[in-house]
Amino acid sequence: MIQTLIDLTRIDGVSGNEEQVRKYIKERVEKYGLEYMTDTIGNLIVKAGGKGGNFKVMLAAHMDEVGLIVNHITDDGKLKFAAVGGFDARILTGQHVRIGDAKIPGVIGYKSIHLQEKKERESAVKLKDLYIDIGAKDREDAEKYIKLGDYAAFSSEPVFFGKDRLKAKALDDRAGCAVLLELVKEKWPFELYACFTVQEEIGLRGATVAAKRVAPDIAVVLEGTTCADVPEVSGHEISTKMGKGPALTFMDRTAIADSTLLRHFESTVKNESIPFQWKQTVSGGNDAGKIQVSGSGVRVLAVSVPCRYIHSPVSVLDINDLENTKELVKKALLTLPLVFDGRQKND
Amino acid sequence: MRTDTLLEKLCEIDAIAGFEASASDEIKKYFEQYCDKVWVDTFYNVIAYKKGSSKNGKKIMITAHYDQIGMIVSGYEKNGFLRVSNLGGIDMKALLAREVTVRGKKDIFGVIGAKPPHLFSSDEMKKNVKLTDLFIDTGLPDEELKETVVVGDPVSINSPFVRMINGCVAGRNLDNRCGVAACVLALEKLKNSEHENDVYVIATVQEEAGLIGAISSSHNIEPDIAVVIDVCHGDMPDADKASTFALGKGVPVGVGPAFNRKFTEQLLEIADREGIPTQLCVEAGNPGTEAWAIQVSGMGIAVVEVCIPLRYMHTGAELVNLGDVDIASALVAKFAAGRTVIPSKEDADDSDIN
Repeated sequence: MIQTLIDLTRIDGVSGNEEQVRKYIKERVEKYGLEYMTDTIGNLIVKAGGKGGNFKVMLAAHMDEVGLIVNHITDDGKLKFAAVGGFDARILTGQHVRIGDAKIPGVIGYKSIHLQEKKERESAVKLKDLYIDIGAKDREDAEKYIKLGDYAAFSSEPVFFGKDRLKAKALDDRAGCAVLLELVKEKWPFELYACFTVQEEIGLRGATVAAKRVAPDIAVVLEGTTCADVPEVSGHEISTKMGKGPALTFMDRTAIADSTLLRHFESTVKNESIPFQWKQTVSGGNDAGKIQVSGSGVRVLAVSVPCRYIHSPVSVLDINDLENTKELVKKALLTLPLVFDGRQKND
Repeated sequence: MRTDTLLEKLCEIDAIAGFEASASDEIKKYFEQYCDKVWVDTFYNVIAYKKGSSKNGKKIMITAHYDQIGMIVSGYEKNGFLRVSNLGGIDMKALLAREVTVRGKKDIFGVIGAKPPHLFSSDEMKKNVKLTDLFIDTGLPDEELKETVVVGDPVSINSPFVRMINGCVAGRNLDNRCGVAACVLALEKLKNSEHENDVYVIATVQEEAGLIGAISSSHNIEPDIAVVIDVCHGDMPDADKASTFALGKGVPVGVGPAFNRKFTEQLLEIADREGIPTQLCVEAGNPGTEAWAIQVSGMGIAVVEVCIPLRYMHTGAELVNLGDVDIASALVAKFAAGRTVIPSKEDADDSDIN
């Protein structure tokens, strides 16, 4: 699974441009001999479950990552850009990026510190003041390599460091994708669809339609979520802690977890002695928000791998959290029939 | 060696100002390929000496600093985090979400983190981050971290060396490994050429910490003339045109009070003769380079400066054009080897007075 995750973080898939990630996942599920389809928006829906059971389960992990999109080329050949998805613009100056299908290397420029006036040095840079420099001589030269609408992704190689830590870009949500690629290999005693969704970062777009197609009774969303066990953050502000196991979300800005599902997962961790934690903050949101209100309603729960410095080129996770996330979801799902079989959809 | 390969290898070397010791041997190897006599002094300045053919030869000292900006460990936080201070003029705008190497008993990988953005107040978000807002996440248990890293250990900022279009490259440490590369290339060119004057090519230390290596080198060598090779600001759309220089449009040559007028004129004449394009880099006072220290060393030394335009200085995304490194080295080699009349010390002093 770790190697899969490393492979996945090396691929660029900014929201709306998930093709290469999808291609990688498709090849893997083909190898497993699973049926799959790609829908109009780009979700990859894999039929992983058997027949039987009175309910249908959807597992979701999103393939897209935050990044940039080129929206203007200046006369002197610099690329202006907009943010795809939400992130802190203060991380951008001086980052390495790669642009378009040809992966043209570029750096995010802002005038050197020596040439900044005092006020400029003291204030955070605004996105609109930044540009990408690919070394082009002028607009005409830049246009040989770049067209408007090209996506730019952070350039960041995965690195193992510290004790069981992995640094990479796009851990949100290639971590979820890697877990899901493991789970599709299991034999499931009920209908199960693994949905690798698109465009989560710009408004849960892919999950909205994937849920309609699958029409599940139960959905579990696999995510990378914020982790704030760092200096200067204390108490209730610590969303999750690294190395303390998968994080269960009881509520966030987009959904309240289904309580039956939540209690089942909670008792699973206790029975199986898998470490787990609550996501303490109710900020953020994920595909669960849209899946929940799909059709006549879906029971949802999000299970997340804690990621420090999320939405940056240097996001960090603990590989034990990744393993435990897989274990928890696998064990909880295998015992789902004990909780839900014979029950009505909306009891 | 091709310029891009040479520069890539030089940029990979870690030589944070004040911590050049281990790097000095690596720099020495590059000089030794083209020069018989190379030594490292007590400050870890690396000096290549090439004797001139004339008994009455003068001393030319060519310097390029090889130290780099970085950080230094100032303390620990619980759960594997370190606090740091800056070492040299780091660009705070280019620190969040970077990778570093902490050079303790062994090299430790880390990332620069801060509390999540939503925990900064909206007022804080408008301000630039301060180094005190940041920490280094090593991912190590505290005990192991304390065994490996002590306060005062240097920290370097990691960044890849990337080949771009049009012969451009981007990465860290291009300030001033470009200058060091130009020195190596100049030595290569001088290897088989006869020259009257004694040439000292020096990769200097601690420029970023106050021109320390230049001060000690010029004291030790006492040259008649010094050529400083350093980077200047490349053209950036948001920067003042008079302070920046186009990439790939010629060697910026320093003019202004820090530079000896007569030798600068000679340098420009040589460039003209050799068909090497130049630009004039006007510095009204302190140019921010070793020239400022060398000029007032001992009884005074005549200095000229050859620059390489570089964008986004002091970030991990410094960007230069390789052709600029080549032409800078060509100009320096021609200047050092040329049958340029080096006036006697008295003449040089006169020209300084004028």
